[in-house]
Amino acid sequence: MELVKNVVCPFCGTLCDDIICKVEDNEIVGTKNACRIGHSKFVHAEGAERYRKPLMRKSGELVEVSMDEAIDKAATILAESKRPLMYGWSCTECDAQAVGVELAEEARAVIDNTASVCHGPSVLALQDVGYPICTFGEVKNRADVVVYWGCNPMHAHPRHLSRNVFGRGFFRDRGRPDRTLIVVDPRKSDSSKLADIHLQLDFNKDYELLDAMRAVLLGHEILYDEVAGIPREKIYEVVDALKNAQFGILFFGMGITHSRGKHRNIDTAIMLVEDLNDSAKFTLIPMRGHYNVTGFNQVCTWESGYPYCVDFSTGTPRYNPGETGSNDLLQNKETDGMMVIASDPGAHFPQKALERMAEIPVIAIEPHRTPTTEMADVVIPPAIVGMETDGTAYRMEGVPIRMRKVVDSGLLPDREILKRILKKVKEIKAASK
Amino acid sequence: MEHIIKNGIVYDPLNEVNGEQMDICIKDGKIVDSVSEDANVTDASGQIIMPGGVDPHTHIAGAKVNVGRMIRPEDSKKDAESLAGIKRAGSGFSVPSTFMTGYRYAKMGYTTAMEAAMPPLLARHTHEEFVDTPIIDHAAYPLFGNNWFVMDYLKEGDLDKCAAYVSWLLKSTKGYTIKIVNPAGTEAWAWGGNVHGINDPAPYFDVTGADIIKGLAEVNEMLGLPHPIHLHCNDLGHPGNYETTLASFDIPKGIKVNPKHGSREAVLYATHVQFHSYGGTNWRDFVSEAPKIADYVNKNDHIVIDVGQVTLDETTTMTADGPMEYDLHTLNGLKWANCDVELETGSGVVPFLYSPRAPVPSAQWGVGLELFLLVNDPGKICLTTDSPNAGPFTRYPRVMAWLMSNRYRTDMIENKIHKWAQRKTSIATLDREYSLYEIAQISRSTPAKVLGLSDTKGHLGVGADADISIFNFNPETQDPSADYMAVEEALSNASYVFKDGEIVVKDGAVVNIGIHGRTYWVNSLYDAELEKQVEAEVEKVFKQYYSVNFANYPVQDEYLPRSNPVNGVME
Ligand SMILES: [Zn+2]
Repeated sequence: MELVKNVVCPFCGTLCDDIICKVEDNEIVGTKNACRIGHSKFVHAEGAERYRKPLMRKSGELVEVSMDEAIDKAATILAESKRPLMYGWSCTECDAQAVGVELAEEARAVIDNTASVCHGPSVLALQDVGYPICTFGEVKNRADVVVYWGCNPMHAHPRHLSRNVFGRGFFRDRGRPDRTLIVVDPRKSDSSKLADIHLQLDFNKDYELLDAMRAVLLGHEILYDEVAGIPREKIYEVVDALKNAQFGILFFGMGITHSRGKHRNIDTAIMLVEDLNDSAKFTLIPMRGHYNVTGFNQVCTWESGYPYCVDFSTGTPRYNPGETGSNDLLQNKETDGMMVIASDPGAHFPQKALERMAEIPVIAIEPHRTPTTEMADVVIPPAIVGMETDGTAYRMEGVPIRMRKVVDSGLLPDREILKRILKKVKEIKAASK
Repeated sequence: MEHIIKNGIVYDPLNEVNGEQMDICIKDGKIVDSVSEDANVTDASGQIIMPGGVDPHTHIAGAKVNVGRMIRPEDSKKDAESLAGIKRAGSGFSVPSTFMTGYRYAKMGYTTAMEAAMPPLLARHTHEEFVDTPIIDHAAYPLFGNNWFVMDYLKEGDLDKCAAYVSWLLKSTKGYTIKIVNPAGTEAWAWGGNVHGINDPAPYFDVTGADIIKGLAEVNEMLGLPHPIHLHCNDLGHPGNYETTLASFDIPKGIKVNPKHGSREAVLYATHVQFHSYGGTNWRDFVSEAPKIADYVNKNDHIVIDVGQVTLDETTTMTADGPMEYDLHTLNGLKWANCDVELETGSGVVPFLYSPRAPVPSAQWGVGLELFLLVNDPGKICLTTDSPNAGPFTRYPRVMAWLMSNRYRTDMIENKIHKWAQRKTSIATLDREYSLYEIAQISRSTPAKVLGLSDTKGHLGVGADADISIFNFNPETQDPSADYMAVEEALSNASYVFKDGEIVVKDGAVVNIGIHGRTYWVNSLYDAELEKQVEAEVEKVFKQYYSVNFANYPVQDEYLPRSNPVNGVME
């Protein structure tokens, strides 16, 4: 048995890079340091069927085909669609994402990632009011006040608390006892159980509570006994803790990006953090889900100028979330051909979007059998990034780390599959000119 | 592949060629004495020939640059380009996307541009963007001025260990120089504070800006680096900061210059000095102290500066000076991005409108031009806008035209901008006009020399890289002073640009991407044994206080498609 060290976990946006993989006969048989979800991903304990050959739907059945045939078909769908959509991207590495943006330009497609259905509201908010963040190490070394709002890291980001809150830092050498942990969540959760203060607010009242906290911070009094179900005195107490922080951090998740108010909640949350800097040092970090959802937003921004929902139909990048988002295009029945890569909209998109996906040709670049591949006309299985191939990923707050290759699958990486499709699309476009 | 460029009027200051008509021969990407009959001929009759432009300080790649793009879709919306032939699509006026950055530099005849602020922990990001930046050669400057290891070693007085650490970090990040930004101040900002002046210590670490500048200036020469320390002084943008600036300039004076590559004479490179030349105590009684700063530069030979000229545009400010950006946000109320980076540095991004109708931007415009016009020797001053901080790099041709034409400046002062330009600065009294030779100095030879790259960059002598710009402006029949719009137009759209001997721009349009740009980085080995020892110390600290593993920290070779190490000391 061989031990491979410093492996980067291809599961969540915490992007732990201290995993040790136990490898036997070119297979990962065990891990150290990984959380249970990361571990099961490494050892394929998910039970999902793995594809190893390209497939195409013929007479209603997915049948094995050659790589060339699958690439040809995928390229033809993209090149011949009037309004192609290329969606996903959050579970692959940055080189693949970069080829993806070029392919979108060439195919005059809309390119969009899973931010569209998770932290899209956060992106809109940071474009409204800004983005004061820090890296994880700053939290570990300095933070004395830590807030998790609308998220349950114990489940979705299992090592997040141990790395950032329980961990001992330079100026917080006792770790957890040196910090005040505040969890804001309408539910009791495994994370809220660990908190010093759990603000169990009413559902869909994040905006009201944030606004009340800002008002208090700016010197106003609360005229009601409670706001969002939280007693006035409790709000005063929490604002006091926040504004006396030496170094405070707000982690926020889908519970606030997708409750009523959406990006307006995040606007207010960011402005609360900005206001707090009058008296304290305060920063924030969005709890991004997929391990490289952040990387796509980075790559797409440096190549096109916009982070997601980018429409290349005129050749010039256009950005208008609400019109150029994946669900907009699907639910409005605008898109007539779709490529899905490194994500599973078949399992997560609303019914109306799925109905459109069922009507149009769908390409899936996806290692496993998923609800999306069940709807696909072409399935091309790639090597899994972080286990079977390497490449860059960006941690939720933007630290780039190189994912390692641990075993050999013999499959093409996403970037290579995309390059081949790109070459073919160029040929088709040139021939039709 | 051979080329000959015939009959152009050549400005090549490093070889003291001042407007002479001569032919330039190119073979295999280099400038040579002669070529065969078969060489491709480019006719440059009646046109200006200069070496490719060299930008010693710009912000084009990396984390804060991309945040600047991401938080400002409005900046992208007003300036977008379509996919066209070999050219990729893109967008961004003040912060163009990576492909557009390469094209736009090339279009102006610039072939080298240096990213001036790279947080070591995020170095991989900068290099990833370089991979997607076509045509131009480049390097990145890692930030050292608020680094915990540096501050600790300097506090202990252990310059040797500090040098070994700096040497290791330059290699690990594939960085080019020692960049210092608001020394001690950004560490203070991690607690929400700042320092004032050079004698105010960083909290806990208890070293001052002065200690850091002094220590790193010595380390720079111990390592024999090609470029001197690259300093962004304390107190940026504050009225009255010129005293801090002059005191900072004096710190490395007397240190012996020791480059192992190149032929620089300076031990200090001070950047965007325009932002550091202010008198008064607040924005009401503010006055320009650029004349005092220029006087210092005129009297001292250990320093080279760049200006950071305000171009009077709407732009995006971005810097590792975290507290400064927060102050700017509280001043203008616009959106604020920030990123504090563990154990190393910080950064901030805020949009800014330098309105020509507003008093302060107009005065800042005057301060920058005063520096250009009052520093006598163009061998000591470089053209920059600290892009995009004082304005986007795409305005360089306009700045050049302002420098060459008193009429252009007078028109601005009299008709276009706020009266504070003349009231708060001496700009209206200065009638000096730059020659084309001097323009070639501040945009080509001076930056190439102070970067330590003048063996191959910034000149047109035999052995230089064949990076050449040709502009359709005839100095024998046209006068830049009178015909300033024509010279601005010509400099904006080169008629030809050669990069590594290939034509990449023709008639102001990118026609060829050529080979990928070089990534320059410094390879030094101060003391192998000590470097090992320091590395072990660093690894221990990593385990406890960093959020990435030591083994995953150095930038892998995969990120440098055309790696070009430049040696410092090699034991
Ligand atoms: Zn700068």
